[in-house]
Amino acid sequence: MTRTNFGAVLVALLGGIAFAAPAAAQNEQFIPHLVYRTGAYAPNGIPFANGVADYYRLVNERDGGINGVKIVYEECDTGYATDRGVECYERLKGKGPTGAAYFIPLSTGITFALTEKAPVDKIPIISMGYGRSESRDGSVFQWNFPLLGTYWTAADILIQHIAKIEGGMDKLKGKKIALVYHDSPYGKEPIALLTKRAQLNGFETMFLPVTHPGVEQKATWLQIRQNKPDYVLLWGWGVMNSTAIKEAVAVGYPREKMYGVWWSGAEPDVRPAEDGAKGYNAVMLQHGAGQFKLHEDLKKFVYDKNNGTAKWDETGEILYVRGAINGMLGIEAIRTAQKRFGNKPMTGEQVRWGIENLDLSADRLKQLGFEGVLKPIKVSCADHEGARTGRIQTWDGKNWKVSSDWYTADEAVVAPMVKETAAKYAADKKIAPGCLTN
Amino acid sequence: MFYREAGQFKTTYGSDEAIFPIVQDRWFVIAAIAFAVLVVPLFAGQYLYTEVLIPVLILSLAAIGLNILTGYCGQLSLGTGGFMAVGAYAAYNLALRVPEVNLILVFLFGGLMSMLVGILFGVPSLRIKGFYLAVATLASQFFLEWAFARIKWFTNYAPSGSVAVGPIELFGIPINSPERKYLFVFILVAVLALTAKNLVRSRVGRMWMAMRDMDIAAEIIGIRPLHAKLSAFAVSSFYVGVAGALWGFFRLGSWEPLAFDVNRSFQILFMVIIGGLSSILGSFLGAAFIVLVPIFLNQLPGWLGVGLSTATISHLEFMIFGAMIVFFLIVEPRGLARLWAIAKEKLRLWPFPY
Repeated sequence: MTRTNFGAVLVALLGGIAFAAPAAAQNEQFIPHLVYRTGAYAPNGIPFANGVADYYRLVNERDGGINGVKIVYEECDTGYATDRGVECYERLKGKGPTGAAYFIPLSTGITFALTEKAPVDKIPIISMGYGRSESRDGSVFQWNFPLLGTYWTAADILIQHIAKIEGGMDKLKGKKIALVYHDSPYGKEPIALLTKRAQLNGFETMFLPVTHPGVEQKATWLQIRQNKPDYVLLWGWGVMNSTAIKEAVAVGYPREKMYGVWWSGAEPDVRPAEDGAKGYNAVMLQHGAGQFKLHEDLKKFVYDKNNGTAKWDETGEILYVRGAINGMLGIEAIRTAQKRFGNKPMTGEQVRWGIENLDLSADRLKQLGFEGVLKPIKVSCADHEGARTGRIQTWDGKNWKVSSDWYTADEAVVAPMVKETAAKYAADKKIAPGCLTN
Repeated sequence: MFYREAGQFKTTYGSDEAIFPIVQDRWFVIAAIAFAVLVVPLFAGQYLYTEVLIPVLILSLAAIGLNILTGYCGQLSLGTGGFMAVGAYAAYNLALRVPEVNLILVFLFGGLMSMLVGILFGVPSLRIKGFYLAVATLASQFFLEWAFARIKWFTNYAPSGSVAVGPIELFGIPINSPERKYLFVFILVAVLALTAKNLVRSRVGRMWMAMRDMDIAAEIIGIRPLHAKLSAFAVSSFYVGVAGALWGFFRLGSWEPLAFDVNRSFQILFMVIIGGLSSILGSFLGAAFIVLVPIFLNQLPGWLGVGLSTATISHLEFMIFGAMIVFFLIVEPRGLARLWAIAKEKLRLWPFPY
């Protein structure tokens, strides 16, 4: 390439900035999605992103959109990095005729950062099963929706399950429970609840941080071998999960005594450890693995037309299903908003109202093809979580098997903590708590 | 022809000591500042402010800080992320605990705290050099990251260890819009950058450069290594600390220690190397390169209408960005600032080749 050619190419590239976004059609709902298909957490990020994408595609193909409004969908790769996530958010928030409907960050760090921006831009954040636990309080966190469960819910369910195994809450006294956690806001979230529970039920806690990305855990598991905790809770993500299980095998810690959060209980977490993972447990974000009613439609409208994002065999994986659930909740929120504001593209503000008034009965879930996957969910201003139940699943070496009954997080323990922490946040940020009505 | 300084006589001490002794340079800087303050707000949108201008300006400031230490004084440091964290958390704590303090003081406090920590971790530089010092500063990076993750007081006992800043105001004016944030950051960065530019040609700056070029020779001509090295650490950490506080307050709004991890240190070191060691302008160019090129590459397929998958775009971004770094380092190992210097030489002679 000669010098002039190089210059010409450069000018052409820079010129590209000038003619940016093509004009969008008016009857379209723009939904952005922050994904990570690259980086250390990609094995877990990819199936989730596929599930979300396929669900939107299904709604477009089967129903012709949401009440006739086509979904336009765009991904932006964050690599799980907070600053890139914020850049993606800024890039996508204004697209489409009405701007972004909502954001799914799939990262507690990005959720924290966007929490500051959402009220200004008036775009809701759906952090299904992650994010700040106190963001359940919709009077302070008006734009955050940690649907289906927060980390405090997860930790409380795990403690209840351990108590049940031991034979009652009073039997927890004197037990030692360790938490091996990803050293980030995500991993630290359950500490507050476990500390509170430890005071109430008299067990000992041990908090063992693992630095990002979590491939180096030798020292952590050495400590576990020395201290012999009765149970180990695992709050990991990506490669950290499989590494933890492998290290547990190496130090001979029984996998039956290990309980993961719902982000540490999917196929990519246990498969690399092979037989070693047998007996490992995790709390479920309600749903388990496997194909169900929804998949008939997915097959018919998406995969048979070769439009699927994933491979067909992967659509029964836990994280894929979770992505589809997340997509469904978002779409149903838009539908709820449309009932009030009319069948047209919704703005972020209208979608926020839709999520806050989301009410999915068992019948409606059945109609949507989610029977047996989700329990009814009802969101309100006081409760942005909508549901607080979960079960435990166990890896049998090949598949995840449900191994417990339903548990519900104990409101007597969790609710006062939410109230206190949310009030502190409101005071720090000088927010006047209150419910939004539109 | 365009850049000839012939005929510019310095008739006063003042003109001889000006920060930009060449008239064209002076006008260029004045025009650039005027453009940034007066013209940019006329057309810039939010994306340009929050994702392009503000990050580049703040990281330029951090790069200036590291350039003072590494470029001018020759002390290699890998602790920049940690010092940024000190600035950010110090500013956060002051703003939280003494809310009535003026915003400018908050940032200066962030800088000062970082300066103290910087001096402390600079002490080993009196005995160790080069790669060994890099490893010692790397230790400070890990120590500081650990401290902010573990010592609960710094994060005001937040359960998740993540802190968030409240509404920001200066003299009663809320700094809430991207435009106001940008103007605040720009003015602060401009003042600090001009100060740095002035400082590096002063007695102190020459002392640093003497220390960088040959420490024994510098000692023989009467420069005290203790003063030279520790003052470089102090000034450098001050700049980095202010940059860290700005990064936390204006870029992130809410952050965790991971925002200032060792990758941040490397990122800023790369800015300094690509931009050009011992050059203030290079710090800006390097920051712009490292921040903007990946974003540009990531968006390019969309603009060109090429339908690539998200993953492919991300992978391409990494590959092309990596290749560009290698390309620039081969073509001009002295950085982007050197390219600018060559351009100036050409402008001076134009239209004659010699």
